[in-house]
Amino acid sequence: MQHLLWLIPTLPLAGFLILALGRYLSRTTVALVGVGSVSLSALITIIIGVNFISNPPPSGAYSQFLWTWFNASGFAPKISLYLDSLSLVFVFVITFVSALIHLYSSEFMIEDKSYARFFAYMNLFVFSMLILVLAEDLLLMYLGWEGVGLCSFLLIGFWYEKQENGLAAQKAFIITRIGDTAMAIGLFILFYQFQTLHIPALLQGASNKWQIGAPIACTVALLLLAGGIGKSAQLPLQTWLPDAMAGPSPVSALIHAATMVTAGVYLIARMHVIFERSPFTQHLVAVIGAVTLLLAGCSALAQFDIKRVLAYSTISQIGYMFLALGVGAWSAAIFHFMIHAFFKALLFLAAGAVIETQHHEHNMFKMGGLKDKMPLIFWTFLAGAMSLAALPLVSAGFYSKDQILWYAWSAEKGTAWLWLAALIGALITAAYTTRMIILTFFGESKTPLGHLPGMRITIPLVILAVLSITAGFIELPHNFGQVTIFSDLVQKTLPETRMQAGVESEFAFQLIAAIIGLSGIYLTWWTYAKNPGIIDKLKSQALPSTLHRLWFSGWFFDTIYNALFVKPFKTITSINKNDFIDQIYTALVQFTNTLNRILSLSQSGSLRWYIMGIIMGSIIILTLNILL
Amino acid sequence: MNTDISISQVLILAAILFSLGLIGVAIRRNVLFMLISVEIMLNAAGLAFIAAGAKWNQPDGQIMFLFILTMAAAEVSIGLALIMQIYHQHQSLDIDKVNEMKG
Amino acid sequence: MNLLFSISSVIAIVSTLMVITRKHPVHALLYLIVSFLAIAVVIYQLGAPFIAILELIIYAGAIMVLFIFTMMLLNLGKETIDQERKWLQPQTWTGPVLLSLILLVELIYLLSKSSSQEHAITGMDTKIVAQTLFGPYLILVELAALLLTAGIVGAAHIGQHKRRVSHRFLEEYNE
Repeated sequence: MQHLLWLIPTLPLAGFLILALGRYLSRTTVALVGVGSVSLSALITIIIGVNFISNPPPSGAYSQFLWTWFNASGFAPKISLYLDSLSLVFVFVITFVSALIHLYSSEFMIEDKSYARFFAYMNLFVFSMLILVLAEDLLLMYLGWEGVGLCSFLLIGFWYEKQENGLAAQKAFIITRIGDTAMAIGLFILFYQFQTLHIPALLQGASNKWQIGAPIACTVALLLLAGGIGKSAQLPLQTWLPDAMAGPSPVSALIHAATMVTAGVYLIARMHVIFERSPFTQHLVAVIGAVTLLLAGCSALAQFDIKRVLAYSTISQIGYMFLALGVGAWSAAIFHFMIHAFFKALLFLAAGAVIETQHHEHNMFKMGGLKDKMPLIFWTFLAGAMSLAALPLVSAGFYSKDQILWYAWSAEKGTAWLWLAALIGALITAAYTTRMIILTFFGESKTPLGHLPGMRITIPLVILAVLSITAGFIELPHNFGQVTIFSDLVQKTLPETRMQAGVESEFAFQLIAAIIGLSGIYLTWWTYAKNPGIIDKLKSQALPSTLHRLWFSGWFFDTIYNALFVKPFKTITSINKNDFIDQIYTALVQFTNTLNRILSLSQSGSLRWYIMGIIMGSIIILTLNILL
Repeated sequence: MNTDISISQVLILAAILFSLGLIGVAIRRNVLFMLISVEIMLNAAGLAFIAAGAKWNQPDGQIMFLFILTMAAAEVSIGLALIMQIYHQHQSLDIDKVNEMKG
Repeated sequence: MNLLFSISSVIAIVSTLMVITRKHPVHALLYLIVSFLAIAVVIYQLGAPFIAILELIIYAGAIMVLFIFTMMLLNLGKETIDQERKWLQPQTWTGPVLLSLILLVELIYLLSKSSSQEHAITGMDTKIVAQTLFGPYLILVELAALLLTAGIVGAAHIGQHKRRVSHRFLEEYNE
């Protein structure tokens, strides 16, 4: 069955090509093609996945060579797909979640006048993302990497009639471009070192050739990391993601929560050999993850736009993944990626449904009391929120996040500081999740309800809710159950997490994590539901209100970047508005124009003057002949 | 055949005729006269070719004259057609009036 | 200095001078024919009798007939001659004549300087001319045929009698 691998990315591409003819298709056809192509991809993925797990290829990976892209004096990148357990997990999540989100969108976007354009972009995105994770060659991967960036740009600016949406799209595109450029330079260095960009060959070469801590490994790892943090919205390139919420909710769910933003995680996991050669960089990954999850969590606490809360939460959760990657807990990171994809997609989709029924109201303080009015949305949202807040035992998020917390302490590269950061992050996560639930679904209703969502919206929500609760059970800690289905699978590709010697019992840590999570929930509950006055009291004081402003603006990163980069750049461009090099050419043009005007006087149209000219010319030539 | 003609004399004759033709083209405003003067110039050039051919004892000079003859015939037919057309358009043969190609 | 050559040269120069100074076009044409005849004599003396005949037949014959026809079609009358008189003022011709004379002086100077050795002129056999013409110059002969065809077609096209059309974009085409 594995020879069908090429169909997985090809189907969405075909869907995109068909939908590019959008204006000639009816809405039903568009929905059928858009949803159908991705659903078929998901189906094939499941078939191939079952096949892969039950009957794994001997080398641990299945590679499908399609054709050679080009051949330029020895540099011959191949178009070939590479399926190992790591890419299998990603492909599964991408196609499966995409299929659900496409189904959701087919109803959610039905009123939009650019229905076909939306699905065309979405299908193109799925294609690019699949190419990204399936590529066997870094160059092909880079193609997918840029492809998803393009689709992200197109979809954030999908409602381009409003200027701020276009600006948000540009911001996302330009900021991720910084990381992409660094990554491209990393690829150049890799190619210079190994004369190939074939990933297995690179990893093999890196482990043979480079010492641990070699400067070249460090440089390459840092450059790749820069690409990763750009795409995954980690510090210091995280500022684009909250603004990216200008796109439609399904886009936020698919691109800016479940799939594209985790491309950085995939990149680091895929190139794990290089990162292991550079302990400094790997530690940096962990630190970036820890700092990001704290900063973004705090920002999420202060937002009032429900989608911005989720956006900061996404940054924060990817911070967890980076932390896990940084401490060498590869499978924990990938596990959290999968669980996060489920519950964050669910939360975004449910939030989209809420916003839709609240007449496009994004402000949580203007919602409220939706628990009884739209119970299905509430319960599914609650399932996702439980997972996000890592409610002990019953939610999938608990198992994945607990694993990361545990490894942050106990893995060979883990430290107490990282663990502490992750723990505080867990508290904050629980707090903002609870705050979101209380503000949106409890209390009194403040906005009248619109029409309720239909089947095509609710079915994906229910499926994702079930997954958000149950998906954690495929990987249970060793002190209860010890199910290791997921890590067994992933560790065929990624190395096993090395532990420190003589660590304490995991149980104590689980207990601490559970208590922290629950106390976060309780605290918020106590503050927002029981004593609503306390917030206003806090806000009237100096320090909390400063903190609030700091957090609400996302730690003033935008302001700082504006002052540091945007303003100086604008000043320079305004000084050089009339490009001074251009002046030379302008002068040249003016000179030519003047000459032209002078010479055109000689073109009097009078034949006799021309004859005189000929005579004069002949005389000059003959005179020269005589004289010289 | 007389052999005491100096080639340079023939060439000087050709030069004089050529200059006269040139003067004719330059001083006349009537297109018809200009065309006639051009014929004089062409003929002078042909004469120079024949003189040169005779000097080097080569047939090429005479052949060139034949081609000049052909060219002159084509040129005159086109030129006269143009003159007719100019006359119809402008009711005049004044070359100074035909300056629509002014740059 | 050959007498025949001197006489024919003088006739050629004088008649050419008359051509460019005549007011009436037909007079000019008649002088032109005289000039051609004189030149034909010179050509004959240069040992090219066939070319001399062609000069007579084609230049003085065919091409001049074309001019005559055109003049008949143009129907130039007395006012043309008056106009010519008006146009041929000394201030119009002094400049060009001076320049052309300078050119002529330079030409003569160069020609007299370069002519080094004089050798006898032997007649060029027409047969050799013909063989060269249809040998190495064959392609040029064909091109000349093409040129003549183009000339005929062009003349026929340009000579079409259109009424006052200065440019096809500027005015309506009206037959």
